[in-house]
Amino acid sequence: MNPGGMVGKAVPRIEDDALLRGRARFVDDIHLPGMLEAAFVRSPHAHAAIRGIDTAAAAAVPGVVAVFTAGDLVPHLTAERLVVGLPSPSYRLEVDRPVLASDEVVHVGEPVAIVVAASRYVAEDAAALVEIDYDPLPVAENCRDALADDAPRVHSREPHNLVAAFDMAYGDIDQAFARAPHVLRESFWQHRGVAHSMECRGVVAAHDPIGNRLTVWSSTQTPHPAKRLICALLGRDDEEVRVVAPDLGGGFGPKLVFYPEEIVVPLASILLGRPVKWIEDRREHFVATTQERDQYWDMAIAIDGDGRILGIRGSLIHDHGAYTARGVNVPYGSAVTVPLPYNVPAYRLDVKLALTNKVPVTPIRGAGQPQATFVMERLLDRVARELGLDRAEVRRRNLVHADQMPCEKPLKLRGGTFVALDSGDFPTAMADVLAKTGWADFRARQEAARAAGRHIGIGLANYVEGTGRGPFEPVKVRVTSNGRIRVASGATAMGQSTQTMLAQIVADQLGGDMANVSVTTGDTAAINLGFGGFNSRQAVMAGNSAHAAAMKVRKKILKAASAMLEVAEDDLEIVGTRVALKGVSEHGIALGAIARALDGSPGYKLPGDLEPGLEAEEHVIVHDMAFSSGSAVAEVEVDVDTGAVTVTRFTLAHDCGRMINPMIVDGQVVGGIVHGIGNALFEWMGFDAEAQPVTTNFGEYLLVTATEIPEIEILHRQSPSPLNTLGVKGVGESGVIPTPAAIISAVEDALSPYGVRIAQAPVSPADIIALINGASGRA
Amino acid sequence: MQGSERRAISVSVNGSRHDREVEVRLTLADFLRHAVELTGTHVGCEHGVCGACTVLVDGLAVRSCLMLAVQADGREVATIEGLAPGEDALHPLQQAFKDHHGLQCGFCTPGILATLVEYLAENPEPSEAELKVALSGNICRCTGYRDIIAAALDAAARLREARA
Repeated sequence: MNPGGMVGKAVPRIEDDALLRGRARFVDDIHLPGMLEAAFVRSPHAHAAIRGIDTAAAAAVPGVVAVFTAGDLVPHLTAERLVVGLPSPSYRLEVDRPVLASDEVVHVGEPVAIVVAASRYVAEDAAALVEIDYDPLPVAENCRDALADDAPRVHSREPHNLVAAFDMAYGDIDQAFARAPHVLRESFWQHRGVAHSMECRGVVAAHDPIGNRLTVWSSTQTPHPAKRLICALLGRDDEEVRVVAPDLGGGFGPKLVFYPEEIVVPLASILLGRPVKWIEDRREHFVATTQERDQYWDMAIAIDGDGRILGIRGSLIHDHGAYTARGVNVPYGSAVTVPLPYNVPAYRLDVKLALTNKVPVTPIRGAGQPQATFVMERLLDRVARELGLDRAEVRRRNLVHADQMPCEKPLKLRGGTFVALDSGDFPTAMADVLAKTGWADFRARQEAARAAGRHIGIGLANYVEGTGRGPFEPVKVRVTSNGRIRVASGATAMGQSTQTMLAQIVADQLGGDMANVSVTTGDTAAINLGFGGFNSRQAVMAGNSAHAAAMKVRKKILKAASAMLEVAEDDLEIVGTRVALKGVSEHGIALGAIARALDGSPGYKLPGDLEPGLEAEEHVIVHDMAFSSGSAVAEVEVDVDTGAVTVTRFTLAHDCGRMINPMIVDGQVVGGIVHGIGNALFEWMGFDAEAQPVTTNFGEYLLVTATEIPEIEILHRQSPSPLNTLGVKGVGESGVIPTPAAIISAVEDALSPYGVRIAQAPVSPADIIALINGASGRA
Repeated sequence: MQGSERRAISVSVNGSRHDREVEVRLTLADFLRHAVELTGTHVGCEHGVCGACTVLVDGLAVRSCLMLAVQADGREVATIEGLAPGEDALHPLQQAFKDHHGLQCGFCTPGILATLVEYLAENPEPSEAELKVALSGNICRCTGYRDIIAAALDAAARLREARA
C-alpha cells in the first residue's frame, strides 16, 4: 500500500517555490487585454425600501463603460435569485439572495448596482455618484429579539423572521431529568466574527464569442458548484462555461458560498464584450462576505451523584443573517456535535434559525462545532464545580471509550445516515495531554503564583470534528508522453497544501519522485465533476480517490512494462520516472515510453492487449464521516487590573487518523488553534442597534498577531479511520474547535478567587473587569 | 489638485528603471502590480494594518498601499520578485520559510519577507520575543505564526553564517 514510502513523510511542499518568488497567480494577478474593472454600489442601510435608482451621473463619468442594476441584468438570466440552500425539511421561509437588490435591501453591504470602468479608481469615483432613493425600514438586529411576535420583519414581504426550525432528540429525556439527583442550568452566547482570509474575494470573467466560451476566475473554494450555478443562471451548457479557482489567499469557509458578484461580473463581461475584473476590498469583505458564530443557548444537564450524564436538553437560537446563503447546516452541525465525545443517554435540542438584518451566516472554520464544544465543555465545568470534582475527572467518567469504537450515536447526519464515531481513544488522548501539561500539579503552581500576586489558570476541552464530507471528490491521474505525472481534481486549494497532499499520495504509487508530479486543482476544465474545499474533506475524499487512481495506473504501467520488457510484473518496480527490473535499475523502460506505446500505433496491437491510454479517474464514495478528535489544555495569565488575558501555553492531543504529511498536519492544527484564540479573546464583529457594522477595519476588528502566540505543542495519536483505504481523517478545522472552550475555562479558573463565571465568547478585557466587579458580561 | 492629474515618475524596481506617467493618486502597490506588472506584492487591507503589501523603499520596509507611486519617484524599490539570487537558489529567508512550513496560502508571505529583510539586517541575532514584536505588523491567518517565527530564527542563523 505504501511502496514509495511517501505517505506519512514530512516532505516539502510543491506549492512553495512559486509563492516564495512572487510568481503565484491569485485572482487579482490576472490581467487580460482590454480588461475593465468594476466596483459595486452597496446598501448603507441595514433595512430599507428602494424607491428609485439614478445612474445618470455615474454613467457620465469619463472612463465609465456601464452601470448595471437588477433591471438591466435580470432579463438575461433564468432566475432573479441565487437558490443555493442545501436541502432540509426544516425551512419555514424561502429567503434567497437576489442577483442585485431592486426593491428592498436587508443588510448593510448588500449589492445594488455594478459600475464598470477603465480602472477601479474610476469605477469607485462613479459608484459614489449612483443615487439611490432609500426609505429606511425598522431593523431586526439581534436574533433573539427577532423572534418576538412584534419584532420588525427582516424582509417586508415575509410574515415573520423564523427562517427554519428543527429539533434533534434521542432517548427518554423527560425521564432522565425526572429521576436526576442534580439538574444544572446554564445559558451561553457566542458572537459572530469574520473569516478574514488575507486575500479577499475576487472575480475575473472573459467571454470568447468564438465558440461562445465563458471563463470565470474566482477566488472560490467551490469552482464546480459555481460552474453549475453560472450555467443554470445563464442557460448555458457545461461546455460553454469554465470556472477556475486560481491560487487562493486563504478560504476558511466563506469562499465556499456562491455570491452575487460571481454571476454579475460574468454577465457584465458578456454584455460588454470585454473582460471584467472585480476585487473585493477589505472594507467590503467586512460587510459583503458571510460571517458566523452568533448563537444563544439555554441548556440544562441532568447528572447522577457521581457526575455521570443522564441527559442534556435545551434550546438554541441561531443567527442566520438576512438570507439563506448555504442552508441550515451550521446550527445542524452544532446540534449534532454537543453530545458526541461523551456518553449522553438522552438528548433534546430545539433549534430556531432567526433572520436578522445582517450579513448572511455560513460556515467559518469549525462551522457550528466550536459553539457546540463550548456549550458541552462549559456544562461539564459546571458539573465539576457543583459536585466538587476535578474537571478532568468529570470528563473521564463520561467520555466515549476506545472499546466502544466504532460508536454509533442515535443522531443523523444531514444526509440521513446515523453518526458513528469511527475510531479513536478519547480517554487516553486526554490522559496524554494532562500528563504533558502537569495538570495534577497545577494547583501548586497556581497557589505559588497567587502568593506572588499573579492569576494563572488552566482549562481543558475535549472535542470531535466531523470530517470528510461525501459523497465523493474525483481525481484523475495521467502519465504524459514525456513521462510526467499529471493529477487533476475537483479538490480546491486555498492554502492547505492540497497539491502536495495529492502529489504525495500519487508519487507513493508511481515512482516516489514528487518533482515529476504536477497537480491541477480548482479548474472545471481539468475534470468534469467536483465539489471543492470545505468541511475538512479533501484529504479524505480526494486523497482516497487519488490513491485509487494511482493504484490503477500503477497496475497498468507494470502490466504494459511486463509485456514490453518480457519480464514478470512481480520482478518490476517503478523508480523515479522509469520502470526497472528490481535491483537492476539499468534494465528498464521510461514511463513516457510506456505512455507513448499505450497511445497506440495504427495497425498494431497495444502492449499486453491493454486498453489504450495511461490514465485513470476515480471517485471513491464515502457517506459516513471520519471523526477527528482531541483534547486541549490551555494555560493563561489574567491581569486583574486591566482584564488582559495572556495565553501562556496551549497543548493539544490530536488524532486525525493516519497522517499523510505530519508537517502539513501541524501547520493546519496550529493555524486553527490561533484562529480559536481570536474567537476566545479578540474577534468581535460589532453592530449597533440599527445593525450598522461598527468594526470595519483591522484597527477595530482585532486579528491575532505574532505577539499573542503562546507556546503551542501538539501530541499526535494516529487511530486509522476504518472508513477509507488510507485510514485518514480531516484536519483543517480541528484546531479551532476546542480552543475557545479551553481558554475560557482557564480564564475562569484563574479568576476563581473572584467567583467569575464566563458564559460567552469572545471575552474582552472590559468584559473581564466587569465580571470581576460583579457585573454581567456584554450580553 | 485632482487625483486624476498625471505626473511623470522614474522608479527603480529590483534594479530596473521604470519611467511612467501616473495619476498622482495611484498607490505604490497598484503601480508595482499594474504598471510594472510585478504581482508578487499583495494587497490585503488597503489601510496599512495587515502588512501584506510591505516592500522595501531605499532599504526601508513600507506599506505600499499607504504610499503613493509619485512618492517613490527617484527611489529604489525592492519587491519579492528580486529576493532570490537566481533561478537555482532561494534567498536564505525563502529557503527557511520553505523548510519550516512558514507559509500556507502564501498571500501574506511577500510582506513578511520584506519586513524580515529590513529587520534582520539591523538585528542579526534576535530573540524569539523580539522577532514576534518585529512581525506584529504582519497578519497571517493560515499559519498561526509559530512556523513563521521558527523560519525567521533559522533564517537569521543562516544569514549570520553566510556573513561570517
